[in-house]
Amino acid sequence: MGTAQRVSRMMPFPAGAGMARALVERNVRAYKHAWTTLVSGFFEPVFYLFSLGVGMGALIGDIDAGNGRMVAYASFVAPALMAAAAMNGAVMDSTFNLFFKLKYAKLYDSVLATPLGPRDVAVGEISWALIRGGLYSTVFLLVAAVAGVVESWWAVLALPAAVLIGFAFAAVGMAATTFMRSWQDFEYINLTILPMFLFSATFFPLSAYPAALQWVVQATPLYHGAAMIRALMLGDVGASLLVHVIYLLVMGMIGAVFAARRIERLLLT
Amino acid sequence: MTLRAFEATDAPLISARGLTKRFGDFVAVDGIDLDVHRGEAFGFLGPNGAGKSSTMRMIGCVSPPSDGSLRILGLDPGADGSRIRSRLGVVPQRDTLDEELTVRENILVYGRYFGLSKAVVRERAAELLEFAQLADRADSVVEPLSGGMKRRLTIARSLVNEPELLLLDEPTTGLDPQARHVLWDRLFRLKRSGVTLVLTTHYMDEAEQLCDRLVVMDGGAIVAEGSPRQLIAEHSTREVLELRFAVDDHAPYQAKVADLARRIEVLPDRLLLYVDDGDAAAAAVHDRGLTPLSVLVRRSTLEDVFLHLTGRTLID
Amino acid sequence: MPAVNTAHTPIASPRPVTRRPGRMWDRALAYWMMSYRRVWRGSIISGFLSPLLFLVAIGIGLGSLVDDGPAGGIEGISYLMFLAPGILAAQAMQTAISESTFPVLGAMKWQRQYHAMTAAPLGIADIVLGHLAFIAFRLTITSTTFVVIATAFGAIESWWVVLAVPVAILTGLAFAAPVFAYAARQEGPSGFSMLFRFVMLPLFLFSGTFFPVDQLPVVLEVIAKFTPLWHSVELCRGLALETLSLLPALGHLAYLLAWLALGITLAMRGFRAKLVV
Repeated sequence: MGTAQRVSRMMPFPAGAGMARALVERNVRAYKHAWTTLVSGFFEPVFYLFSLGVGMGALIGDIDAGNGRMVAYASFVAPALMAAAAMNGAVMDSTFNLFFKLKYAKLYDSVLATPLGPRDVAVGEISWALIRGGLYSTVFLLVAAVAGVVESWWAVLALPAAVLIGFAFAAVGMAATTFMRSWQDFEYINLTILPMFLFSATFFPLSAYPAALQWVVQATPLYHGAAMIRALMLGDVGASLLVHVIYLLVMGMIGAVFAARRIERLLLT
Repeated sequence: MTLRAFEATDAPLISARGLTKRFGDFVAVDGIDLDVHRGEAFGFLGPNGAGKSSTMRMIGCVSPPSDGSLRILGLDPGADGSRIRSRLGVVPQRDTLDEELTVRENILVYGRYFGLSKAVVRERAAELLEFAQLADRADSVVEPLSGGMKRRLTIARSLVNEPELLLLDEPTTGLDPQARHVLWDRLFRLKRSGVTLVLTTHYMDEAEQLCDRLVVMDGGAIVAEGSPRQLIAEHSTREVLELRFAVDDHAPYQAKVADLARRIEVLPDRLLLYVDDGDAAAAAVHDRGLTPLSVLVRRSTLEDVFLHLTGRTLID
Repeated sequence: MPAVNTAHTPIASPRPVTRRPGRMWDRALAYWMMSYRRVWRGSIISGFLSPLLFLVAIGIGLGSLVDDGPAGGIEGISYLMFLAPGILAAQAMQTAISESTFPVLGAMKWQRQYHAMTAAPLGIADIVLGHLAFIAFRLTITSTTFVVIATAFGAIESWWVVLAVPVAILTGLAFAAPVFAYAARQEGPSGFSMLFRFVMLPLFLFSGTFFPVDQLPVVLEVIAKFTPLWHSVELCRGLALETLSLLPALGHLAYLLAWLALGITLAMRGFRAKLVV
């Protein structure tokens, strides 16, 4: 509960957005009826971890994690899967689910008849995406620790890091959703997310890319997310972490301001 | 002016002057003036597309006016939308129930949107479910409910903040006759308990049943205003004579009786003669050697006013 | 105004033609083809780009690590060549499942096209087979496209892969038919996330597409060999690498056909339960 308020205070909105927690409560209640869907979400990254870590790990062996340090493939890929899961969850919540509520369930038509305003809607939905994402990340981190692919206590910080990734993607996803006209447009989301998932130095290290493409890879947000969590889980903490944090923070802020503005225009006609 | 100071006056709850709503080049509401007073049941009557819903959305503070002034509860919707909405109840044209929640949860969650404490909303939800005759369905999901039940739930939900002003956009459209009567009964009770009702409808019987005062809108403008009785007196005759002939087309008969009435409407299956004395007019018809299949003399209704003011096409 | 004509005016109008139920599935197919004409652009990405991206990222990118790894490739060949036929099979499964979840639920519950078809002379068999025929059409396009591209990438070298396309179509149908039965009984989309997460994803990840199933713990290996996808991957890979022998091939085919037959039976039962009430 406090989270929603804290987030709303953190966000650069001029006024209002004090009632966002009521919307978070609404989502909690709705998910009580669909808890199986919520729980099933835990398994997706775990399946990937075992397939890649156990199956592919045996074929690949140890790999260079960046600075000449050799780690098991599972330890290399687990942080990227955690980052990708944070991204996917946030994007799902802020695009498909939001679009459904906006266009089909007409949920916000009834919300806006109450004292809640468009900013409460934006903050409430982003907060909920973060809470849910935080929950998933916690479980994933525990599984990864049990599986023995967590190499450092710095990994505890991977939780807030995953929430930051979620924030950045949820904010931008929400802004993008306000431009969506029909389900067909969601192909563009897939078109953005899937290449990013596969090519952000997630499954194989940056050095495996052609030199010309390394710059492109380093420009993507998921690259920063994965690199950030990888540094924490492997214990390679350095100043470069700050770059990742700032990148994602700025992305999230810009997305959030934009989303709030767009939602206002979209909902108050 | 503060809300408290406003309450002490008997200033209108809603006051609009030159209120206008444009969507691009299209003018949905074209500079209307109106006042709604505390305790009134006020109706917007008009065909689809007349601008009723746009007006309601502006009053509900979810649609900024393009022009003109609008005060609700003495406040400016542009600056104080959230404060105004906290004292309104809104029943939109299409039910916007939360299908992911149960009947009871719909009220609970909605109450929380108003910042009411959990204990208060729990108590009110129980009362409102009783009021809406939904107590036995409280824990079922919303989707399988009948249209009438969903409508009652929407109304119950809109009352969770004990609003002073209840906005109902076509509250009974699409419901069967029983469901409509149950709803009217609930709305009567609210009116008696002092809630100000503002509703739109294109049903004449609904307007006559519920409204103390109404305006007829057409093409974004107000074309008439008054109590149902006043409107009938002003825009129609005391009586209407309905004549049905054994022909497929009634139009040719219009000329034969036109001089007997103040105004004639030609419907596909009958003629409506607007007259002050129906029996006298009926006798005059017979004197001319005309032999209608059926002759009916009745009092004018709002429907006659409506036909007169907005043309024959009632819907669309 | 002309008098209303209540007498039947004899007009030379073509009369509706009814064939036996089960022989009119082409009419249901015609509907799906027509509606596909409006939306085919959107299916390009999911149907064609995503397997291609997987092939490049995993086959070439991750493959470079595998080929440099302890075993120096896999089963004596490059990882890219190992992976490509696996993706062909997995893509067929994914296309088929996504075409038989939301579209079926939608036609049953939301847009209710199936109800419109039952109001016409079409029978349950026509509706099920017509929709399956449409999915076969989609599978033909996506599988052929993938094979052509993978060959261009040098991931496939044998001409025998031409036979892998019908195998992929059969694979898709062997998934589509039982999923029809499942989707027909759903009340909302929440059951689909279960299907995607607990059936489709594990199959995708653990049925031999990315690595040989004998790397799995024994229990999981046995389970994997019962999945239709494993049989399909074996067939496709055997054809692409020219390692397939006749008897096992017939066994795999028979297994996939059995799933298809069972699936159609269940689908007809499920559709009848919903449409004939």
